[in-house]
Amino acid sequence: MGIVIRGASVLGQTSQDLYVDDDGVLVDEAPDGAEILDADGLVALPGFVDLHTHLREPGREDAETILSGSRAAAVGGFTAVLAMANTSPVTDTAEAALRVWELGREVGLVDVQPVGAVTKGLAGEELAELGLMARSRAAVRVFSDDGKCVHDARVMRRALEYVKAFGGVVSQHAQDPSLAGPTACCHEGETSGRLGLPGWPGIAEEIIVARDVMLARHTGSRVHIAHVTTAGSVEVLRWAKAQGINVTAEVTPHHLLLTTDLLSGYDPTYKVNPPLRPQEDVDALRAALADGTIDVVATDHAPHARHDKEHAFVDAAFGMLGLETALSVVRTALPELSWSDVARVMSTTPARIAGLADHGSLEIGTRAHVVLVDPEVSVTVDRDASVSLSRNNPWHGRALTSRVVHTVYGGQFTVRDGALSA
Amino acid sequence: MAEPRIVLDSGDIARALTRIAHEILERNKGATDLVLLGLHTRGVPLAHRIAERIQAVEGAGVAVGELDVTMYRDDLRNQPTRRPHRTVIPSVGIDDKVVVLVDDVLFSGRTVRSALDSLADLGRPRAVRLAVLVDRGHRELPIRADHVGKNLPSARAERVSVALTEVDGSDEVTIV
Amino acid sequence: MKHLLSINDLSVEEIAHIFETASEMHDVQKREVKKLPVLRGRTVVNMFFEDSTRTRSSFEIAGKWLSADVINISAKGSSASKGESLRDTVLTVCAMGIDGLVIRHPASGAAHQVSQWVDAAVVNAGDGMHEHPTQALLDAYTLQRRLGSLAGRHVAIIGDLTHSRVFRSNIQCLTKLGAEVTVVAPPTLMPSGIDSWSRTAGFATSYDVDAVLPQADAVMMLRVQRERMAGGFFPSAREYTVGYGLTRDRLRLLKPDAPICHPGPMNRGLEIAADAADAAQSVVLEQVSSGLAVRMSVLYHLLAGEES
Repeated sequence: MGIVIRGASVLGQTSQDLYVDDDGVLVDEAPDGAEILDADGLVALPGFVDLHTHLREPGREDAETILSGSRAAAVGGFTAVLAMANTSPVTDTAEAALRVWELGREVGLVDVQPVGAVTKGLAGEELAELGLMARSRAAVRVFSDDGKCVHDARVMRRALEYVKAFGGVVSQHAQDPSLAGPTACCHEGETSGRLGLPGWPGIAEEIIVARDVMLARHTGSRVHIAHVTTAGSVEVLRWAKAQGINVTAEVTPHHLLLTTDLLSGYDPTYKVNPPLRPQEDVDALRAALADGTIDVVATDHAPHARHDKEHAFVDAAFGMLGLETALSVVRTALPELSWSDVARVMSTTPARIAGLADHGSLEIGTRAHVVLVDPEVSVTVDRDASVSLSRNNPWHGRALTSRVVHTVYGGQFTVRDGALSA
Repeated sequence: MAEPRIVLDSGDIARALTRIAHEILERNKGATDLVLLGLHTRGVPLAHRIAERIQAVEGAGVAVGELDVTMYRDDLRNQPTRRPHRTVIPSVGIDDKVVVLVDDVLFSGRTVRSALDSLADLGRPRAVRLAVLVDRGHRELPIRADHVGKNLPSARAERVSVALTEVDGSDEVTIV
Repeated sequence: MKHLLSINDLSVEEIAHIFETASEMHDVQKREVKKLPVLRGRTVVNMFFEDSTRTRSSFEIAGKWLSADVINISAKGSSASKGESLRDTVLTVCAMGIDGLVIRHPASGAAHQVSQWVDAAVVNAGDGMHEHPTQALLDAYTLQRRLGSLAGRHVAIIGDLTHSRVFRSNIQCLTKLGAEVTVVAPPTLMPSGIDSWSRTAGFATSYDVDAVLPQADAVMMLRVQRERMAGGFFPSAREYTVGYGLTRDRLRLLKPDAPICHPGPMNRGLEIAADAADAAQSVVLEQVSSGLAVRMSVLYHLLAGEES
């Protein structure tokens, strides 16, 4: 039956109509009998693509499932998410990847694209079956041991070389384990010193970023740095890009807005890996996202069951929710970022990095993945209003700018008037 | 609100204490084994004043100490935490002594009850007596004073206040 | 005062009240009947997620001398390893209707978190590397008994600062009471951010024990854990002693009446020589009796009054 999206400001530019035909494809004229959606005052952007999502299924379905995570993604305006491999079992085989892919298709609210593990069991020792995952119907292109760093330089080198054969990319969780071990949970600085929390120094990230851009240059391969958090990493990335090294990088919404001083109350809601950094780093990350040194925003949506957060801070699980609030946080942190830049960092570039050809664009002839945003509204976050199964929401009670009003995924409304349509 | 009425002036107080000192000596047949323990706050200067009078009469000193009963009160839980005062037991101790507890006003008897409990933890006196400047009645426990400066019939709602030079700058007892 | 979680929670006036009461409690220790009825009918649970004979027995005796019912629960390695959350563990205990919860936990911030979940008054008996407020109170109380007011007095704290909750509580308590504090440690055992921290909090740092000792009116030696050598914080016990220990030779640099404190247990021969530990100016045993008095005072102030 098709849809006419009437009067939206496309990419923040002049108002125009968007037409979606019966097959869910963007076309250049209104299909017969199309439903008319009044989008006056809303901004139309290509559906968001998240390079970094934890859906917890299989293994921790009490924290999130592919269904609940897909719902959260749709509410946040996403039409594709890359599901990280650190599930139980780990996504380190073609079968495991395919299973995630199929479950995502069954839910049908977003494209759930599995990320494959770099090493078997995320152990950092032997390469997982990268090629078989790439050749499977899930067509895995992004590989990551996220949660753990591929810290052995030899293993990282081989992975970078190996994925060249099928245009893959390794997404690195940059954390030198000898400088920031498993208990490291607070940015190393005065706050960690005063609170007596194990420090996670920025240098533990920067050393790996520096090493990996050199490995990317050496292997002629492509590396992606997950959740960059420090000004030092930004400097390295800027230098590497100037050298023409094939590196991309992401920043999370929370690292753009929250700072390490929030840990002073020992609330594990703010415990995340890598940790929240001081304002100087936050400022550098914002500037780097605006000038393109950091390519994309990725949520690192990390749901946790309540009881996994109700431990002493050092013992509590790392991670925070992010899918539903990503756009609002980016808009709040960088209000001057243009809508076409928002589309670039949340849709177009992540789609390109992940090799998702039918995402990231509002061109005629592509599948209609569209998000419609109320640009200036202020919304106070209520964690209990979340469709995620988890409540580790650091944004609870905060007023954020902008709201996703409608999400169209392949020509179907997944979210309408701010609510899930199914 | 009625004006405070003076029931004892400084002269009355001095005479009452002198009489109490004599009564104590008479009852004890001298100052031997006598220990005066003043109850915080205003019992402490009263105990010292009585001791001075005993010394003047007998020529020999009498042991004086201070007793804080905060920790033994039965109403601790009904109010914010009180800060305890010092308890000072004279070096002669209280075992086998005749202890005279000294306080300003005897009312419900609960403070004296606390003091008796506290004494039991501090030792075993041969006898314990009670001297008060004012007995205003309304006892809630089976307690009576051995030596009373003035019996002052009062209504329960009335307030009897004792002012002493050492604490308050002047001597007088008022009722309002 | 609802809980005692951090020295930061206490005003100078409240510290003075705690010390005044402690001094009364100190006298009780000399009595034949070492018992006050103030906490009769109240239940205090010592919940220790980490071994500590000294602190646990000090709190236990303090509670018992105040007539509380004291129950010790050793929760070491119990719940987290079985998958139970800290919240569930403490709520289970508190469901028994307790009035005070004295908690020792290997993780920084644990007492703070627990206080948000329970109705009972929470006393932090040491949380990871964060704080040990009753230790700091008893240290300052002990020093005041020796030195009088600490205002303007110079206190040196020497040892493994990074991993020390005793240091983190003491630095706050001593500076609140007006002492001038210099902390001394090898650079690897200085907490991160110490430069900006010392500037804002108003204390000095040094790597040189010999330069600091002659100035000191009191010295606090911190325990060094031998395991830290494996972490590469210093090369050997011998080297540590030569660089940072209170050796017999260094004892001569110290003013003869400057008290020497150590929170215990002491590593004799490592951070403190036997001559120093047993010197006339050592207040190590006095700290133990002060600890009892201070803990009685803290329990009294938290639990004797009306329920808030």
